[in-house]
Amino acid sequence: MIRVQAEDFDIGAEVAKLTAGRTDIGAIVTFTGTVRDQDGAVEEMTLEHYPGMTERELSRIEAEAQARWPLQASLVVHRYGTLKPGDNIVLVVTASEHRDAAFDAAKFLMDYLKTSAPFWKRETGPAGSHWVEAAENDADAASRWHKKKHAAE
Amino acid sequence: MRLLYFAWVKEKVGRASEEVTIPENVATVAELIAWLKSRGPEFTNAFERQDVIRAAIDQSHVRHDARIGHAHEIAFFPPVTGG
Repeated sequence: MIRVQAEDFDIGAEVAKLTAGRTDIGAIVTFTGTVRDQDGAVEEMTLEHYPGMTERELSRIEAEAQARWPLQASLVVHRYGTLKPGDNIVLVVTASEHRDAAFDAAKFLMDYLKTSAPFWKRETGPAGSHWVEAAENDADAASRWHKKKHAAE
Repeated sequence: MRLLYFAWVKEKVGRASEEVTIPENVATVAELIAWLKSRGPEFTNAFERQDVIRAAIDQSHVRHDARIGHAHEIAFFPPVTGG
């Protein structure tokens, strides 16, 4: 399941909903991304996205994770709009029989989301506001999964 | 055809979207960018570092050598920074 929303999410409630009535799950991994103030440099962060394509990309990435690992359940929730330091940005939940699949799939989902989901961050602080530049190591993190896939083939 | 712009590309071109009729000799995303740059200084400025700009045809990521074909919607945006 994927969701794009302005509202905050409750990690406990999301996990409970995802796993309700399930007795086949042995491992649940959650990742939460939050807004950092970067030592006072960031007072506000605004996330813009591409409605329609965002949902398509998140669904595509989730389907790819489901194809690569034996997941019993997965969830990606990503927020947009104006956020403050400490606010939640993104939630990834993966559930599997054993921990390796859940850990790996959660990292894969985040690495891919970072380089392909159409979101853009704008940070505002005492020095003004600017669009966040994409980090080169994000592309590297995503491309490592390409190599792993080829190595497995 | 509908063109969409996001983040600093949107700010530089001064609009979020527009309907355009592109010339028949514009076949690829790169050619579309070249045509856009001929439309005015705001486009020349927005697409100055055109290698950095990402494109999507009908909501799927594409490279600049992708053919436009019968696309309904083409979007231009900076590298994504979500998560």
